[in-house]
Amino acid sequence: MNKILKYVIFDIVQNKIVLLYTFLLLVLSLSIFSLENNSAKGLLSLLNIILIIVPLICIIFSTIYIYNSAEFIELLVSQPVKRKTIWLSIFSGLSISLSLAFFVGVCIPVLIYHADTTGIMMMATGLFLTVVFVSIAMLAAGITRDKAKGIGLAVLFWLYFSLIFDALVLFFLFQFQDYPLEKVMVFLSFLNPIDLARIQILLQMDISALMGYTGAVFREFFGTYTGIIISFIGLFCWIIVPLLASLRIFKRKDL
Amino acid sequence: MIIVKDLIKRFGDLKALFGVSLTFLNGECVALLGPNGSGKTTLIKSILGMVVPDSGTISFNEESINGNWMYRQKIGYMPQIGHYPENMTIANIIDMMKDIRKGSHNHHDEELINSFGLHTMLHKKMRTLSGGTTQKVSASLAFLFNPDVLILDEPTAGLDPLASEILKQKILKEKQNGKLILITSHILSELDDLITEVAYMQDGNLVFHKKIAALREETGEQRLAKAITTIMKLDPS
Repeated sequence: MNKILKYVIFDIVQNKIVLLYTFLLLVLSLSIFSLENNSAKGLLSLLNIILIIVPLICIIFSTIYIYNSAEFIELLVSQPVKRKTIWLSIFSGLSISLSLAFFVGVCIPVLIYHADTTGIMMMATGLFLTVVFVSIAMLAAGITRDKAKGIGLAVLFWLYFSLIFDALVLFFLFQFQDYPLEKVMVFLSFLNPIDLARIQILLQMDISALMGYTGAVFREFFGTYTGIIISFIGLFCWIIVPLLASLRIFKRKDL
Repeated sequence: MIIVKDLIKRFGDLKALFGVSLTFLNGECVALLGPNGSGKTTLIKSILGMVVPDSGTISFNEESINGNWMYRQKIGYMPQIGHYPENMTIANIIDMMKDIRKGSHNHHDEELINSFGLHTMLHKKMRTLSGGTTQKVSASLAFLFNPDVLILDEPTAGLDPLASEILKQKILKEKQNGKLILITSHILSELDDLITEVAYMQDGNLVFHKKIAALREETGEQRLAKAITTIMKLDPS
């Protein structure tokens, strides 16, 4: 495993897109913190950007990377190497390098300007989101052999989690507004890793006004700390489930 | 020793293999022949575990290859069209392979790398190589770890006559070392002095699997190309 991981990381680190992504995050974080007088407000603005950009870049980059590694995968499959090792090495390589980019781009500025529990919480959430979307990208690339379709699917997943899901939830709320929906809403928020991440940070920041409906219910339902722990478990499931599903597909794939 | 039993594989609606059973023993040099799309490459890829068959079993040295991967240490594979990571140089690829297969193979057979002249262009990126040079890299990698079984898919396609001859001599040498060699090729005349057996496939079925001597006797033809065409005329399937 380590041998293949070494080659994957070496290959990704050479990639200019990852450097660009790191630089973009760094510029964004630094400029937000220097524009805002109140670093807590800065953190909130940064949060909104992270919730959009991190999933987008992670899922698109990872999907394209997996398709471009087709030759590498084909070469290794005929060698004495387990398929599981190949797939998990690619997953780990992508997760480690993109997390590293997030660490340099966001964690370091946050540590400089706002190193309290909220800041640390945001770093943890960002890192989790990075790995979650690498995992979803593995699934998107596993489902179809066609590169264009796979990237389309990845974009669709991102659109779904950042926009369509919320629209569907709102629609659902208005349709059934006469019924008590609190418990259903808590359950629904587990179906979207971005929602989970948002709720997590807002619970920690204690800004009830900005928490939105799901957030308020979430807090009432679980209380702050249990809520945070449970939402972390939710995010963890979002890493494991797509990864295992994609591994299952890859093990039976014809190359 | 490789035993293939009742192998069936479909790609969507297309039946690539339809119940193929074959046995390859050590020391044999088998030519896997058949028209385009007859399932030769699918059979080879199934043996390598690159294609997962729908049903049937394959065993390597009496162990099922299903879910197994260690057996590939004993196989050297040369693909029909080699796909390599574009940004790696020839040296990178060779070093990576050595690294991945380290432990079980510490002695490397670099004869082909030298006789193909690849050692003078180790710094070239895979992307910049011609089709023939890529084939040379594939061949060198297949022989690099001194494997017990060599699986060569269209080994001479795309090679110039000189390189083709070098490869042929190397195959002969390994055959004399008692290795099992599996070759697919369209150029029948090239195989004449190499092979000991012929397996002929058509439309995903095995039509026959015979010793070359028996085939020559049956058809009265000395040259493989003639013998094959004669037998195809006799057997209207």
